[in-house]
Amino acid sequence: MTHIELRGVQKFFGEVQVIKDMNLVIEDNEFIVMLGPSGCGKTTTLRAVAGLETIDEGDILIDGKVVQHLKAADRDIAFVFQSFSLYPHMTVYENIAFPLRATRQSKAEVDRAVRQVADVLRIAPLLKRRPSALSGGDMQRVAIGRALVRSPKALLMDEPIGALDAKLREEMRTEIKRLHMKQGSTTIYVTHDQVEAMALADRIVIMNDGVLQQVGTPDDVYTHPANLFVAQFVGSPVMNVAEAHVAETASEARVVMPGAAEGFVFPRTLLGRLEAGGAKGDGLALGIRPEGVLVERERREGYLPVEAHIIEPLGSHDIIDLKVGTQMLRARTKAGFVPRPGEKVWVRIDPAQAHFFDAESGRSFGVRL
Amino acid sequence: MAAVKTPRQKVANQLAIAAVIVIAIIFLAPIYWIGSTAFKPRALATTVPPTVLFQPEVTPFVKLFTRRVQLNRPVEPGAYEAAPWWEKRIYDGGERVLRVGEDVQLSGYPDRFLNSLIIAVTSTLLAVSMGTLTAYGFSRFRVAGEQDWLFFILSTRMLPPVVVAIPMFLMYRVVGMTDTHIGLIILYTAFNLSFSVWLMKGFIDEIPKEYEEAALVDGYTRMQAFFKIVLPEAATGIAATAVFCFITAWNEYAFALMMTNRRAQTAPPFIPAQVGSGLTDWTTIAAGTFLFLLPVAIFTFLLRNHLLRGMSFGAIRK
Ligand SMILES: Nc1ncnc2c1ncn2[C@@H]1O[C@H](COP(=O)(O)OP(=O)(O)OP(=O)(O)O)[C@@H](O)[C@H]1O
Ligand SMILES: [Mg+2]
Repeated sequence: MTHIELRGVQKFFGEVQVIKDMNLVIEDNEFIVMLGPSGCGKTTTLRAVAGLETIDEGDILIDGKVVQHLKAADRDIAFVFQSFSLYPHMTVYENIAFPLRATRQSKAEVDRAVRQVADVLRIAPLLKRRPSALSGGDMQRVAIGRALVRSPKALLMDEPIGALDAKLREEMRTEIKRLHMKQGSTTIYVTHDQVEAMALADRIVIMNDGVLQQVGTPDDVYTHPANLFVAQFVGSPVMNVAEAHVAETASEARVVMPGAAEGFVFPRTLLGRLEAGGAKGDGLALGIRPEGVLVERERREGYLPVEAHIIEPLGSHDIIDLKVGTQMLRARTKAGFVPRPGEKVWVRIDPAQAHFFDAESGRSFGVRL
Repeated sequence: MAAVKTPRQKVANQLAIAAVIVIAIIFLAPIYWIGSTAFKPRALATTVPPTVLFQPEVTPFVKLFTRRVQLNRPVEPGAYEAAPWWEKRIYDGGERVLRVGEDVQLSGYPDRFLNSLIIAVTSTLLAVSMGTLTAYGFSRFRVAGEQDWLFFILSTRMLPPVVVAIPMFLMYRVVGMTDTHIGLIILYTAFNLSFSVWLMKGFIDEIPKEYEEAALVDGYTRMQAFFKIVLPEAATGIAATAVFCFITAWNEYAFALMMTNRRAQTAPPFIPAQVGSGLTDWTTIAAGTFLFLLPVAIFTFLLRNHLLRGMSFGAIRK
């Protein structure tokens, strides 16, 4: 039973503030993924929880107990470093046993614990090897084994698979998920790969520039991004964001992009919803994921004629850049749907998949139709 | 893939081997000279050109370890017959061994050799252990004025030691540390410390700090992490530093000559002083030098694996 809480945590490196007023509650057995671009303070946050970094303001609580003054050794937390940090002068067995040797357990107990963890991680045949004789994936398993062997209160992982190649990363992702479901310990996992985050997390914590942007389930942050940063950071290909203004006709609302002759058709309720969300009419940004841009080869009711600019064939599907007014919208189509660039196609925006943001602050108006 | 060599590569290979042999001969020649002279009959030691083929004998070593005087009249045949084999060698050279009662008097060499060992080993241990701790501090903690301190430490090496020899000698005389083991140990430790700090800092900087952090998170104290993780990881660097410090202390001549004369005298100033009776006895000097070369050779040989092994054998992904 472990419950971790950050209350108003601030951290400075010299003049630079790396963590800005961070508040976060992590429930028992939860798998939390911290996601954010490079340098946003993920590692620093994780190290602060582990006790490898001091904090300047706020409290860190583990099971309701304030711990920021405790040494790392006394917090009973395990840490998996991006670099794995296996001790080269020890065998795999000794590496995994190392944390237990700090405790007063008997040889037999240590041996049993090491072998059990090795079985779970499927590294039993490697126990006699040196780390230098291991593949990247195995090193990572050993590093996780070393973290799990003493059943810590919480497991912190800092980009544990970032150094592996794409195929192995996918494999290890599944492995980590399997392990979490089996062992079920409170986990904070840091990555800047949003696919990894979506695949693993119970809840995703998105950070940018030391500021917590949004906390929510993968589905939540994908379908209800709190701001433009989250909207564009999560999801691949990246969400289209375009300036737009809303025009009103008798029966419908029209979302017009700059330079475009006509607007996209939306239900009339959009206007009221935007107003309720706090939109003032101008300074509006439309966000739409490429799969929300619907493309047809023939004229259809409610579709606008545009030109296909660039086509990126990705095998299973194509990504097409469409010129709408002065802006570009990327759409996702079946492979080969539009044969050549320069072709005229018809597009519409699926109102159910559209997001609206304050262009200035980036805040979402929370409008979903 | 089996290496299939083209004729060109073969020729290049053979040229490289030839070059290595030539270089090895050049470097080994002085050692061969010393080694062969140490086993030569005295009459052959200074021939021009040098004698290469000769009947090796251990007489120089017998002379090296014994105290002798010149015979002023031929030895009596009875005494010669009764003497052990090594004493006969000395009689053959026109000398006799000094005895107190029945006991053969030893020369000063064994004591000087022991002094050298005590002083070099102790000062190496001190310089390396203090250097490692200091380097660890500089490498892992924020030290106010770190760069200035490091420069200061290095700057102690910038002055040629001989420049301060006279003041050092005077100071040592005042505090009564001339001709003491501790005096030379302190001197050599101070010599080597700056070097040791700098070298060890380089090695410890190479050890990722995540190694210790992993240990800290896993329930170890900083001290335990240092001994269990940092020291084993730094073994290569410690070995290299120790070899360098040992060689410096072992071979030091100028200060040893000035600061010591008997009790704490080391081998380097002693060996050339053993000119023997009459003309310089190069064979005995060579024997002393030959034995003197061995500890460094053995020490280096024992640590060769550490010295050769690169630092990057670890399992860290950068
Ligand atoms: N010891 C330090 N001293 C000074 N600045 C630091 C230190 N450690 C980190 N920083 C700075 O703090 C900021 C946050 O660093 P942090 O390592 O937490 O980022 P991150 O989100 O983990 O990035 P990445 O994805 O690249 O690992 C960066 O701008 C970094 O340069
Ligand atoms: Mg990081």
